[in-house]
Amino acid sequence: MKSSFRQPSILPGFGLTLGFTTFFLCAVVLIPLAALVMKTATMGWADFVNVLFSPRAIASYRLTFGASMLAALLNSVFGFIIAWTLVRYEFPGRKLIDALIDMPFALPTAVSGIALTAVFAENGWIGQHLAPYGIKVAYTWIGVVVALTLIGLPFVVRSVQPALAEVQRDLEDAAETLGAGRFYIFRRIILPTVLPALATGFTLAFARAVGEYGSVIFIAGNLPMKTEITPLLIVIKLEQFDYAGAAALGFMMLVMSFAMLMSINLLQAWGRRRLVAAGR
Amino acid sequence: MAGGPSKAVLAELASRPGRTTLTTTLVKGLFISLSLLFLGALLFAPLITVFATAVSKGILPYFQSFQDSDTLAAIRLTLFTAALVVPINTVFGIAAAWSIAKFEFRGKSFLITLIDLPIAVSPVISGLLYVLLFGVQGWFGVWLQDHDISIIFALPGIVLATMFVTFPYVARELIPLMQQLGNDEEEAAITLGAGGIMTFFHVTLPKIRWGLVYGVILCNARAMGEFGAVSVVSGHIRGLTTTMPLHVEILYNEYNFVGAFAVASLLTLLAVATLIIKTLVEWRTGYSKH
Repeated sequence: MKSSFRQPSILPGFGLTLGFTTFFLCAVVLIPLAALVMKTATMGWADFVNVLFSPRAIASYRLTFGASMLAALLNSVFGFIIAWTLVRYEFPGRKLIDALIDMPFALPTAVSGIALTAVFAENGWIGQHLAPYGIKVAYTWIGVVVALTLIGLPFVVRSVQPALAEVQRDLEDAAETLGAGRFYIFRRIILPTVLPALATGFTLAFARAVGEYGSVIFIAGNLPMKTEITPLLIVIKLEQFDYAGAAALGFMMLVMSFAMLMSINLLQAWGRRRLVAAGR
Repeated sequence: MAGGPSKAVLAELASRPGRTTLTTTLVKGLFISLSLLFLGALLFAPLITVFATAVSKGILPYFQSFQDSDTLAAIRLTLFTAALVVPINTVFGIAAAWSIAKFEFRGKSFLITLIDLPIAVSPVISGLLYVLLFGVQGWFGVWLQDHDISIIFALPGIVLATMFVTFPYVARELIPLMQQLGNDEEEAAITLGAGGIMTFFHVTLPKIRWGLVYGVILCNARAMGEFGAVSVVSGHIRGLTTTMPLHVEILYNEYNFVGAFAVASLLTLLAVATLIIKTLVEWRTGYSKH
């Protein structure tokens, strides 16, 4: 039984380490997850549907998923430009900027939240230049997009960078000597190599944005139906001791996270197949 | 021309006639300025704002804000939580990486997905899970109340939620690294009669130490900076169950901007230190490969 479960190895410690891993995983992740599923299951079907499709919940999905999608799209464009700049060009400060790309990942979300709000508020460094044009960023849905864009940026840049470094420069040169234009080279040589990585980065940024809480609640204004994200709605339900309602919304978001995790794995497998097919 | 193209690059460019045209120079300029503009507005301006606002009333008020007893309590709680969570998650990360990277068994990719799960889950949901387990209406709520044990709105809840959120980080750094390094040296050590513990400390650990350092540093940064999950389980009892990020929120909502940004500046310095160590580790590992 054991021999069919794992391949033989002379290295020791398999039972101990796998046992500990599984135990810890059960204690910290799986049992709490079971609690969420069970709590949701205690609700009647009608209650469940009522919570998930209440107008306030639907408004929060629209903002959460819409803003996350917009932020991930913005990140795909600018993340690609930044990755391109870092991989292809040499300029003073390149290494410093390369290191700083991971900043949103290391920075506590509460800090990015209050800092972005300060910058984009009507008297902030950037907000005061936008206000005369009637553009309000802080305390509107635009602020939510700004916060989510900052949070997702490292995912796109760090996914695209290695793929862009893989693009065979001699192929580009060959295409150029054969008379291919700049956009043709981009479309036929660069984009196909980078596309799986870009799609992975997009999905990672989107998945991260959907669950984001800390940086958004400061800049969003948090008006029900208008600038209230779904994670905040869960917190509000908990504060009202509506545990079942919070569990139902949490369950819905958990299913979404699972789906996105699966698609990220599929996208990464696609990227690997692409590289293998290219003879790498 | 410090930082300009190296001689090799210039020589290569010179060997390709027609490479450096006006258009390529324009495109290069456009790409660099677009990148800098985007990062400037979204990343650099907020980072500078943190420090600018923290010292906006002078250096003295900045340092005075750290004498507040609630702020000190928040700093202590954050340090205590990290000191508890990071070692536990490090041990877990090493154990998980050993079992996953060194052995082939069924269900391995499923196990990796489960380990990654806390990263994909919204921090709010991470907190929610523990409220549903240990909260008043939770699974163990009544039992805990009968025995006068508080987990939610108390220290254990904060530690558990932080542990949940940060527990993949060490394992995620170590698994690919150990898979890439292979088993040959460990197998040789075992064949020559070394025990498992000895093999780990004398053969494996020296190979993975930089990856381990980075995983631990990242785990620590996340543990100290976690907001959403801790916010849900903390109960926001000032001076008792507020970690540094939660204290930032309290001060900010009280319009005590100097205080809020002063605490935020400490957290920013933590992030900067994390990035410096990361860059050093990458430099070290990149260096050792050559």
